[in-house]
Amino acid sequence: MNAYTEKIRELSSNLLREGKVDLVIGFKQGTVPMATVPAIARTPEEAATFVWDANCSLNLANYLTNRTEKIGIIAKGCDSRNIVNHIVENKISREQLYIIGVPCTGMVDKPSIRALFDLEITQFKEEGETLLVKTLENELKIDKQDYLRANCRTCMHRNPVIHDVLVAEPVVEQTLEDPFKDVKAIEQMDDDQRWNHFETLLDGCIRCYACRNACPLCYCPTCFVDESNPQWVGKGQDPSDVRTFHFLRAYHCAGRCTDCGACEEACPMDIRVRDFTRKLVKDSLEIYGWEAGLTLDQRPPLDTFKPDDPDAFIK
Amino acid sequence: MKVIQIDKNDWNRGIDASRKAYHLFGPVTDNNQSMFKQLAPDQYPDMEKPDTIMSPKSVLFPQTEKLLGATLDPTAENHHIMERPETDYSPRAVIGIRPYDARAVALVKLNFDTPEYRDPYWCDAYAATTFVGLAVNQPSVTDFSTAMGSGPFAEEGLDALLVDAGDLYLAKVLTPKGEAFFSAAGFDTVADTDESLEKIEQLKNKAETAMGPLAVFTDKLAQKSILDLHGAPFWEDLAFTCINCGTCTFVCPTCWCFDIQDETKGNSAARFRNWDTCMSPLFTKHGSGHNPRGEKTQRVRQRFMHKLKYFLDKYDSGTMCVGCGRCVEKCPVNIDIRQVCNKMNSYEPQK
Ligand code: SF4
Ligand code: SF4
Ligand code: SF4
Ligand code: SF4
Ligand code: SF4
Repeated sequence: MNAYTEKIRELSSNLLREGKVDLVIGFKQGTVPMATVPAIARTPEEAATFVWDANCSLNLANYLTNRTEKIGIIAKGCDSRNIVNHIVENKISREQLYIIGVPCTGMVDKPSIRALFDLEITQFKEEGETLLVKTLENELKIDKQDYLRANCRTCMHRNPVIHDVLVAEPVVEQTLEDPFKDVKAIEQMDDDQRWNHFETLLDGCIRCYACRNACPLCYCPTCFVDESNPQWVGKGQDPSDVRTFHFLRAYHCAGRCTDCGACEEACPMDIRVRDFTRKLVKDSLEIYGWEAGLTLDQRPPLDTFKPDDPDAFIK
Repeated sequence: MKVIQIDKNDWNRGIDASRKAYHLFGPVTDNNQSMFKQLAPDQYPDMEKPDTIMSPKSVLFPQTEKLLGATLDPTAENHHIMERPETDYSPRAVIGIRPYDARAVALVKLNFDTPEYRDPYWCDAYAATTFVGLAVNQPSVTDFSTAMGSGPFAEEGLDALLVDAGDLYLAKVLTPKGEAFFSAAGFDTVADTDESLEKIEQLKNKAETAMGPLAVFTDKLAQKSILDLHGAPFWEDLAFTCINCGTCTFVCPTCWCFDIQDETKGNSAARFRNWDTCMSPLFTKHGSGHNPRGEKTQRVRQRFMHKLKYFLDKYDSGTMCVGCGRCVEKCPVNIDIRQVCNKMNSYEPQK
């Protein structure tokens, strides 16, 4: 058992034993290699089955929306930023939460690990920063840092920005020459290339909405794509309707997206949906000097109004 | 039982020959995504990677399908009269379909082709289709088809079963449709039946042994009361974990639910059906605004109850899950139907 897992179990069990929270939200071991299961623990015994590894990729803030209990929650850097969003957007209150912060060294990119093998992966083990991956016929030791998810590679907030306790000493934050190389590459395409890029990107989308449902920002009781009266968008596989879903969802995340990668993680078709939201992350930073989910004191730029706004149209 | 042997060197030539008589569908990998698609004239089924993310159900039941169309042009004689569009139902063959997916087709048929009601779109596509299966020599870790009435070499729903025997395929011809396909492809080398059946049996045993002993049980599901299962305590925790996307139902070869939508563009009107999912809150929303499955727990329970109990009770044809393992593999939060099935099978209510 790794040190993080041990500490998470200890802290969560204690919280429950001491009655400081009604439940703790964490990850349990999955039933197939490279899978973890977001789960609830209501007793110290249940909390003793929590795990932590490089597959705890989903964002647990997603499970907080409108809950009324007193909650303990395990949060890596990005989860903590979405918890901040949730608090700012009144989806949960700070007083309800006991945040067990996890200084994160990145989550792994499953598609690129799978791509190393012809056969399916039958075993996955983590030994520190080394990953041991097995198939029926093959076995590889790889360095975790070479197989990080794209969002983890450019993450500048690996340490939780808000927490009540940390499971370990903070990790060193990454320094990056240019975190937005990917966005710039798309910006530099001409119109046709860019159109083709997004066309190909969405080719295999089956509109299952796993991306939306895994995203902590997407908590509307009825999403615009589901609304039937009035109906805003067609529900079939017509490419214009598929695009409309993705464009609008991305805009609803503008200034709020923490680049946690849960959307991509959840997609059964491995569609890189962050190609949409990344541009908005970059624009928020460049236009408003804003990074989502870092402070409890300010609302995101697109839902605030300033009397001294430099643009005249708003007055 | 006739067994044909096909040298793999002749495979593409035969596939090409069959294109004259059939539209071919098969597993292909595009953009890193493997799925069943209609093959382009120069495309061959990827027989090395037939375990597709999406099941072949879309061959008979496309995700979006036009049911009716009409013109709204008031000067046209037939304006506003909905008519079924012309669809090409000439012979199709699905190459490389896995045995569990073929069983799924047989189960879906129970719903779309009944004495009271016959879904013309599905049934016409079904009648046009020949299913040329490919046995599973190396079952994946999520394949539990042997527990669900199918298996790596099962024949239900197939017109022929190909068995990969190294340099050649041994093909069991199961129906006249299968026979017709092989003759169109020019595959006519009859193998020594006893010898090849023995070889097939060996490969089958090997595959089943690799799957290990049965670990999913369905034997007690039929005797359970629906109400007891409904009240079982495990739905709450499953519902907590579930993010209520539709992934499990969209990848499932037996999920058959759809939603009907009308769309207009200029003077043309169309009625479509799109796959729908009981995971969506809108699925059961009534016109009145009432929603009998408004809570996530109710929706999560519905999926498993339908697959493992309601279907079983209604049709007496086993469970509606064929054990393909796709939902286990693709659920973003790893909700595993194998575990849920065992919980349901062993559930005893507290008196
Ligand atoms: S999760 Fe993937 S397939 Fe599903 S709607 Fe989102 S992008 Fe499309
Ligand atoms: S849009 Fe994607 S990356 Fe952004 S917060 Fe939502 S799940 Fe995370
Ligand atoms: S795929 Fe998993 S998370 Fe999505 S609806 Fe199905 S069970 Fe729930
Ligand atoms: S319920 Fe899951 S395992 Fe069963 S047939 Fe459907 S996708 Fe396959
Ligand atoms: S009710 Fe749900 S589980 Fe049953 S077929 Fe429809 S979508 Fe699938």
